[in-house]
Amino acid sequence: MSKITEKAMIKRGLSKKLAEKVASFYTLEELKKADVKELEKKFGKDLNKILKAVGREIELEKVKAKAKEIKKVKKKKAEKKETPPKKKKVSVREKIINIINKRNEYLPSNIIDEFVEKIEENNLTDKIDILVEKAIEEYNRHLMEPLEACGMVAAQSIGEPGTQMTMRTFHYAGVAEINVTLGLPRLIEIVDARKDPSTPIMTVYLEGAYRVNREKAMEIANKIEVTRLINIAEIETDISNMKIIIKPSLKSMERKNIEMDDLLKALKKLNKVEIKKGKNEIEIFPEKENENYRELRRLSEEVKNIKIKGIDGIKRAIIRKEGDEHVIYTEGSNFEKVLEIEGVDKTRTVTNDIHAIYQVLGIEAARNAIINEAYSTLQEQGLNVDIRHIMLVADLMTANGSIRPIGRQGVSGEKGSVIARAAFEITVDHLLSAARKGEVDELKGVAENVIVGQPIKLGTGSVELAINIKKFSKKVKK
Amino acid sequence: MKKKDILKHELVPHHEILSEEEVKKLLETYKISKDQLPRIRFDDPVVEAIKAKEGDVIRIVRKSPTAGVSVAYRIVSREIL
Repeated sequence: MSKITEKAMIKRGLSKKLAEKVASFYTLEELKKADVKELEKKFGKDLNKILKAVGREIELEKVKAKAKEIKKVKKKKAEKKETPPKKKKVSVREKIINIINKRNEYLPSNIIDEFVEKIEENNLTDKIDILVEKAIEEYNRHLMEPLEACGMVAAQSIGEPGTQMTMRTFHYAGVAEINVTLGLPRLIEIVDARKDPSTPIMTVYLEGAYRVNREKAMEIANKIEVTRLINIAEIETDISNMKIIIKPSLKSMERKNIEMDDLLKALKKLNKVEIKKGKNEIEIFPEKENENYRELRRLSEEVKNIKIKGIDGIKRAIIRKEGDEHVIYTEGSNFEKVLEIEGVDKTRTVTNDIHAIYQVLGIEAARNAIINEAYSTLQEQGLNVDIRHIMLVADLMTANGSIRPIGRQGVSGEKGSVIARAAFEITVDHLLSAARKGEVDELKGVAENVIVGQPIKLGTGSVELAINIKKFSKKVKK
Repeated sequence: MKKKDILKHELVPHHEILSEEEVKKLLETYKISKDQLPRIRFDDPVVEAIKAKEGDVIRIVRKSPTAGVSVAYRIVSREIL
């Protein structure tokens, strides 16, 4: 018996010695089923060849992968054991913070993080004092000077790349199959704080089982998306009998998870009609006194557009797989209602309707939304505008607790100075109304001082020097 | 959505009400008066969620892409400018 095995093994490319050895332990059949670990013990380095001979290479790879994983885990564990130097980490950070506090200075936490990392990487713990001092010096040198015209810089920094945007504008690019306004029109929309974006969309993240399971995600998508009667039924108008016949398609009803009762419930909201339920169809008659052709046509239109399911405003919902989770993109937006649905992740779901975010999550969330939207709009066009400029714009728009547009109706139109307002837009109106009200201009801003011909109070122009003669004379005497 | 839930949303930074002493210190360090602070409306969802009253100063700890963490202040106000 063992000779047969031996021959077979030689045929499969093993050396004679090895084949003999194998045959002494196993028959061919046994070899095919034997435990890989046991084989490894017996044959060591030759395991590879043997497994190949019996067509089990794949298994070998699995074993290898497992071994690698175990090694990794061991490594990780070892690393974890090594981490107690963490205590040191804390102390480096604390040292830095102590130095900063001692000198009564400030460094942002991002820089401190980087600092800690670099110091540990290069083992510079003993030079920490000098390094932090240098860092503070460098940081302070990069700060904006007080009274510098940061708004002007922001306007130019957003405006200049904006001119490049104009040329490629009015293009629509889509997330999945949804059209989204992009480029300059979108940027204008954000800065103007329009009440309704021209293409509202939502990104709905899911939680728990809904996140990984496509069917479950579909369930939510169906709950969100508006389904009208016309989407799931055939509607016919029978003129000779003065009635409307609805033939629901069972297939699409099942797909959308709608029961016959839901349908009838929705139909009951109709006024002045009689509903008869047949076997596979529903008949609707207008009331006797209203029985005419025009009424029937009107009714037919109304019936077609009856909402059976879904959230108002959401025209379409599309599921996309992103990494390991399913995300729903919607055309149309209704932030408040969607957040109420079970299974929707209430911490990540967002809309591009900034006013909706303001209403549901407050002014600070709206500020963040403005920054995100404006920044991603610019990024998407390949324009690298520093986020600080956009943050300044968002700060200004949200400074009074509500979202104010930049422009005539908002920030620029609410300036304190009459002359500054008149210099911006609709000059005559502003001057006339100011004259009627008897407004006073204190010439504190930029535009009015330029018009009047005085130095503006910005940068160096904002400093007024005066000599305290008493003190001065005392020093001279000494 | 429940009022407290909104505080967990990614877009909403941490809000907290300042004590009177803290307010005093804040105004001193920046040498400003209360009406020079940015505002937040008294009916703002977050203000209602943390039960702040009119006149309270709120500290907002924002996650900032440039500084890591940045702190801002707003005063709860009824009037709209």
